[in-house]
Amino acid sequence: MKFVILLILVAVVVLWMVGAFNALIALKNQVVNAWKQIDVQLKRRHDLIPNLVNTVKGYMNFERSTLEAVISARNKAVSAQGVAATAKAEGELTQALGRLFALSENYPELKSSQNVLQLQEELTSTENKIGFARQLYNDVATQYNTKQAQFPTSLVAGVAKASPAELWEIEDAAERGVPNVDLSLDQPKA
Amino acid sequence: MSDRNLFAQQEANKRKSAWLVAGFLLFFAWVGFGGDLGFYLYTKDLPPGRYHHDIPFIGLIACTIAALTSRYAWKNGAKRVLDAAGAQELVTPATPELKQLDNVVEEMAIAAGLPKPKIWIVPDQDPNAFATGHDPLTAHLAVTEGLLKVLNRDELQAVVAHEMSHIRNYDIRLMTLLAALVGSIALMSEVLGRFLRGGGRLGGGGRSRGGGGKKGNPAALIVLVLWIITLILAPIVSKLLTMGVSRKREFLADASGAQLNRNPMALASALEKIAAAPDATKGIAKGAGHMCIVDPAEAGLAEREGFVGNLLASHPPIRLRVARLHGMGYLAAKHAGDQ
Repeated sequence: MKFVILLILVAVVVLWMVGAFNALIALKNQVVNAWKQIDVQLKRRHDLIPNLVNTVKGYMNFERSTLEAVISARNKAVSAQGVAATAKAEGELTQALGRLFALSENYPELKSSQNVLQLQEELTSTENKIGFARQLYNDVATQYNTKQAQFPTSLVAGVAKASPAELWEIEDAAERGVPNVDLSLDQPKA
Repeated sequence: MSDRNLFAQQEANKRKSAWLVAGFLLFFAWVGFGGDLGFYLYTKDLPPGRYHHDIPFIGLIACTIAALTSRYAWKNGAKRVLDAAGAQELVTPATPELKQLDNVVEEMAIAAGLPKPKIWIVPDQDPNAFATGHDPLTAHLAVTEGLLKVLNRDELQAVVAHEMSHIRNYDIRLMTLLAALVGSIALMSEVLGRFLRGGGRLGGGGRSRGGGGKKGNPAALIVLVLWIITLILAPIVSKLLTMGVSRKREFLADASGAQLNRNPMALASALEKIAAAPDATKGIAKGAGHMCIVDPAEAGLAEREGFVGNLLASHPPIRLRVARLHGMGYLAAKHAGDQ
């Protein structure tokens, strides 16, 4: 009888370990997947920027240095590796874009261009998508980090080769706000 | 109620709707198998040659009806709702307006970590939106033309986030299943009610035979009487339970939608704008009402509160939803201010 109880206990523990292990692996894959989602959107942003620069170049002949800053920030962001470096480079790119959009306020012809309007919607959406992909990544990564640190799942974390995932931190206080990529000049800016 | 953050609200809503669903299933089991239990108790002491109600026919038939209707709804539900609404699928967005919708839906799909649902446009000038399809992989999201006209980008995003939450929370599957159970309960109540009124062969026959030998089992009589009373009340009770679940899922979708776009105020102002539109959304069939962002009936009906209005509504009063969203928004703003 004692033997049977022991056997049942061992079976329960083993089943629990398998379950906890699988849950950790599933979360780990979700983290990887969420990161890929960010990657897809970042690539889209990188692809859109030369397009944007070409479109506004004609209107903003005098802002050559700003346009060049955007291009160089973009190129840095394209070659960045790892979560922290990518986050930093993308933050700089966002700032460079912000300066470009602020300057574009001085060029009323920009807002009447259908091309620019379309580009504006695309950029707004891409910025949003990056933001939401980052939000999902941070949510999933936090869940994963909490799970592997919590007892008793922490006991199998080593077996599952789980290590804390790096969060995508926003360093710049200004960047915590909603990125503003509004090119139309009819609405007052906050 | 409204001073809880969105995660606490999500948890509370999930718990409450789980209880309601459990209650619903128990109720269905009682309607199905309660009569069988009564007949079993009634016939178990009869001598061997008599009829013994050993196999729960009534419950088995009820389950079969429910299974068949849910299967039908499962396979054809989404298509039927979209067809009835005259919805057109948005494949290549032609105008900037449609392109924006396409972008917003993709944004919310990313935020939810789900594949992008198919987008449909309903040619109706009243602002409304609904989601259908039985799981996130086969989901459809439909908005009316009126919605695109009335809302700005943030508000449209909030409405899409609400619908995306219905998809992510498997609400459409849940409500389709409940609707099928309600349908089979109503059918059973009708058929059995007619059967019992018209002669009551099973009960009456048993009683005359039982009276000849020994007294009927009192427990069996109590069970049978209770069961018949429930059977009479079943259609209305099942309807009330479903509407209770539906309202909880609406609050949940509001709260988890706010988790997706992190902007509860946008949904609040979208709801206020939608409520301000006076007409009913004629394009959307009545049966699909529980999937919409607001009840597609006339705006006046969505505002009725009071006891009866609350019990029969598929959606909570808009005023209450807006108040809770403001509560979330206020907490978020306070939190940001503390940092």
